[in-house]
Amino acid sequence: MSRHVAGTPGSIRVQRFSRSFGGKTVLDKLDLEVEPGQFIALLGESGSGKTTLLRALAGLDPQPGASGRIAVEGNVSVLFQDARLLPWLSVIDNLTLGLEARVAAPAARQLLQEVGLGEQQQAWPATLSGGQKQRAALARSLLRDPHVLLADEPFGALDALTRMRMHGLLFRLIERVRPTVILVTHDVDEALLLADRILVLKAGRIADDHAVPLPHPRRADHPGFMSLRQGLLHSLGVETAA
Amino acid sequence: MPSQARLDLPRQEPEAFAASDLAHVQSGPRTRRLMAARLPQRALLLGPALLLLVWEAASRLGWLSPDTLSAPSQALLTGYRMLADGSLLPHLLASAARAYSGLLLGLVAGVALALVAGLTRSGEALIDGLVQVKRAIPTLALIPLAIVWLGIGEEMKVFLIAISVFVPIYINTHAALRGIDIGHVELAQTLHLSRREFIAKVALPGALPGFFVGLRLAVSLCWTALVVLELVNTQTGIGYLMNRARDWGQTDVIVVGILIYAWLGLLSDAVVRAIEARVLRYRRTA
Repeated sequence: MSRHVAGTPGSIRVQRFSRSFGGKTVLDKLDLEVEPGQFIALLGESGSGKTTLLRALAGLDPQPGASGRIAVEGNVSVLFQDARLLPWLSVIDNLTLGLEARVAAPAARQLLQEVGLGEQQQAWPATLSGGQKQRAALARSLLRDPHVLLADEPFGALDALTRMRMHGLLFRLIERVRPTVILVTHDVDEALLLADRILVLKAGRIADDHAVPLPHPRRADHPGFMSLRQGLLHSLGVETAA
Repeated sequence: MPSQARLDLPRQEPEAFAASDLAHVQSGPRTRRLMAARLPQRALLLGPALLLLVWEAASRLGWLSPDTLSAPSQALLTGYRMLADGSLLPHLLASAARAYSGLLLGLVAGVALALVAGLTRSGEALIDGLVQVKRAIPTLALIPLAIVWLGIGEEMKVFLIAISVFVPIYINTHAALRGIDIGHVELAQTLHLSRREFIAKVALPGALPGFFVGLRLAVSLCWTALVVLELVNTQTGIGYLMNRARDWGQTDVIVVGILIYAWLGLLSDAVVRAIEARVLRYRRTA
């Protein structure tokens, strides 16, 4: 792993970061360096601290009980598991929330076209399907041209078919802007389809760091895919017969 | 015998007892319904209609003397007569003026204080305890003080209505502001909203449903408070009419007054609900 100059937009550096909740240590002197533009998938069992790490990176964890250093450079966008659209704002107003609406509107309309919500710009979020809401949330996070995109199981609540479409969409959209992505997931296949690098979190530390040198677009029947999958499942403590 | 009954619940039978229960369900004539099905709105009129019917019958059969309670038909007739000869309208307008000016004042005060207490820590420290104390004191217990301060005129009545409707508006709006969806707060943080944007786009719209709950309570409360207050030194108003009718033993006029209060309460509630449905239309899923 090459060293980069600290402060480059899109870079992330975590040094000896610990976080405990009421005496229970969730993250334990964790170290992590991410180069700008890398797509990282963060795997781990439930309770391994994935979401805690992501929330700390997003600056959503101002509580005491944390120590160490975290530096996330550049604009940060967060994609939550639930779409978190404000129900009283139309889809387009949700996208431009916090931005100068007049200035941001053309780009927002363009993005909504690209995620297939061109017709739903003025719709209330309650009228959208789960997949549509998450596409709107994706458009909202990318409208800000983030250097870093933090995503906490954004496709976890979607059905399998919708999820596959979302993978393709996400990949297409970030190809242009090339933000650093940290995707929290517990889906090994999702991680293998999308990420350049897969981290396995265990007992509050990064237990494994796998590079994924497969070319895009990836398919699950690629010969390299299966062996990587085996390695990851082994890291996660899942033994498979195959 | 009908072999199928509607089951409104999602059927998620654990595998463990699926086998034995399946046999039971198939052989049994019908599945059990755990919740009563929803009634159409009109069906709710059944109870009141039945009551009116029994009441009318009891009056006609002479079981209920007009001195105790006049028949509903007689009350309707009296109400119509009073409306036609113009003796009802001035009283109705006088009552409405008191009720709604009190409501307006209480509304403004309740919302303003709820915003201060809901959005600032010092505001909450100053205001919330006081309101909780006020809440524990019945409005009627304040009548003597209000008379000392404001006299026995209109100001006293409007003031007392205002402070009684203020409570539910404050409580519900404040609770809604305090109970804001933490997910929305986090979203606002990650989008770097300014405090002004956060209040205008996130906190206030999020508190609107709570505000409407308070408003619906307040519109019925302003009429309730009025009845008692119109017994104090008034020459106008529905309460005054009813009070005078009591002195003269006119139970039909008393019933007219009761019906007017019921009708006004229902009407006010319907108006607020219509406004609420319009303002919160984003909740509809289709």
